[in-house]
Amino acid sequence: MREISCAQIRAAVAQLFLTANRQIAPDIRQAVTDAADRETSTAARYALSQLTENYVCAEEDGLPICQDTGLAVVFAEVGQEVRITGGLFSDAVTAGVRDAYTEGSLRKSVVDDPLFDRTNTLDNCPPILHTALVSGDRIHLLGIAKGFGSENMSRIGMLTPAAGEAGVLRYIVDTARLAGPNPCPPIIVGVGIGGDFEQAALLAKRMTARPLNKRHPDPRYAALETRALSEINALGIGAAGYGGVTTALNVAIATAPTHIAGLPVAVNICCHASRHAEINL
Amino acid sequence: MTDIREVLLPLTDETVSSLRAGEPVLLTGPCYTARDAAHKRLTEMLARGEALPMPLAGQTVYYVGPSPAPAGRPIGAAGPTSSYRMDAYTPALLQQGLKGMIGKGKRSAEVVDAMRRHHAVYFGAVGGAAALLSRHITACELIAFPELQSEAVCRLTLERFPVLVLIDCEGRSALVETPII
Repeated sequence: MREISCAQIRAAVAQLFLTANRQIAPDIRQAVTDAADRETSTAARYALSQLTENYVCAEEDGLPICQDTGLAVVFAEVGQEVRITGGLFSDAVTAGVRDAYTEGSLRKSVVDDPLFDRTNTLDNCPPILHTALVSGDRIHLLGIAKGFGSENMSRIGMLTPAAGEAGVLRYIVDTARLAGPNPCPPIIVGVGIGGDFEQAALLAKRMTARPLNKRHPDPRYAALETRALSEINALGIGAAGYGGVTTALNVAIATAPTHIAGLPVAVNICCHASRHAEINL
Repeated sequence: MTDIREVLLPLTDETVSSLRAGEPVLLTGPCYTARDAAHKRLTEMLARGEALPMPLAGQTVYYVGPSPAPAGRPIGAAGPTSSYRMDAYTPALLQQGLKGMIGKGKRSAEVVDAMRRHHAVYFGAVGGAAALLSRHITACELIAFPELQSEAVCRLTLERFPVLVLIDCEGRSALVETPII
């Protein structure tokens, strides 16, 4: 058994959220820069140029890219041959999130009770933790700082098999259409198809952090990603909703086996400031 | 974009009349922050007939919950939040004389109608340009509801703060309509 301490996990999680909030991933930065270069709408081009300038301002001034530094979501893949020492794994993850948000000048955006009290927890905890046991002796951590302007525009549809490819495509594009300018376009669209109600949503969330240069390994789904992206861009919503040719930077689909009666489709929208970072321990 | 017109806050009726949907402008002057929780409190105070912690007549509200200010800066990252969440409360504030709103995204038909009646304007700042926008805020003073943390009401001083007129006082919108067909 390989030993990994809770102190290591805590420090790694803190670093993930500090990095994710202050530095945009290089592929997204490039995609926004390219979108600014090819934009035809003057207003949208103005918006996109503010985004590229914003990356520089955040670095120079030690500020997060966006004031909504998100709900902290952690996808952990824990190798079965790892022995975690010095405490509980979930406590270590929570402590790491607390460290990042309290010491890193990040906004605390979590309230304890969702409906009645809505009192701020003051440390952005608890995070949302998804843990999977995998083979090997490593721990892989993916941290996503998920802003809620885009989260609020996400949808899940329990389609039926008869809806088919056309129904799935329409559901994805309509989600972007309904969202319009609200989720800070150009958006990144994570899609989960199959599984059940919660698995589809989980796949969709995971897909918001997929590198932009990857496609689904099945060419039929890869083609569906490309088609959905092109139809969303044809909506003409554009950067910040100011019109133009780029409404989305990517559509990323993940799939899972499902029930004979079902065709769940979850669409998790992420803003252009898709903030995520990962590390192997 | 070069030669963008600078607009002074608080807005005058003449300025509001001159602004057209789609026009980029730079805002300079004071405004107040308020988002979901503050809007709820302000409208509850109005319903009870209480005095508000800040004047609304002629003023501009910015829908923002900034990140904490690092040492040596007046404010942290400070981009707009989605405006539609304030829609339920907005007509009551417009009734009190609110002239300007800064946010991002869509507004309801009720808000647009109230803007027309009360001669007000809605500006859009670019969501996710929060560090850039922070450089155009030169002062931040706490006014009310400190217990709301990042949702507290603060008085900001803007300096050449870049926005686009999204909906003007005649109800024209610069946002692209995407109805479900």
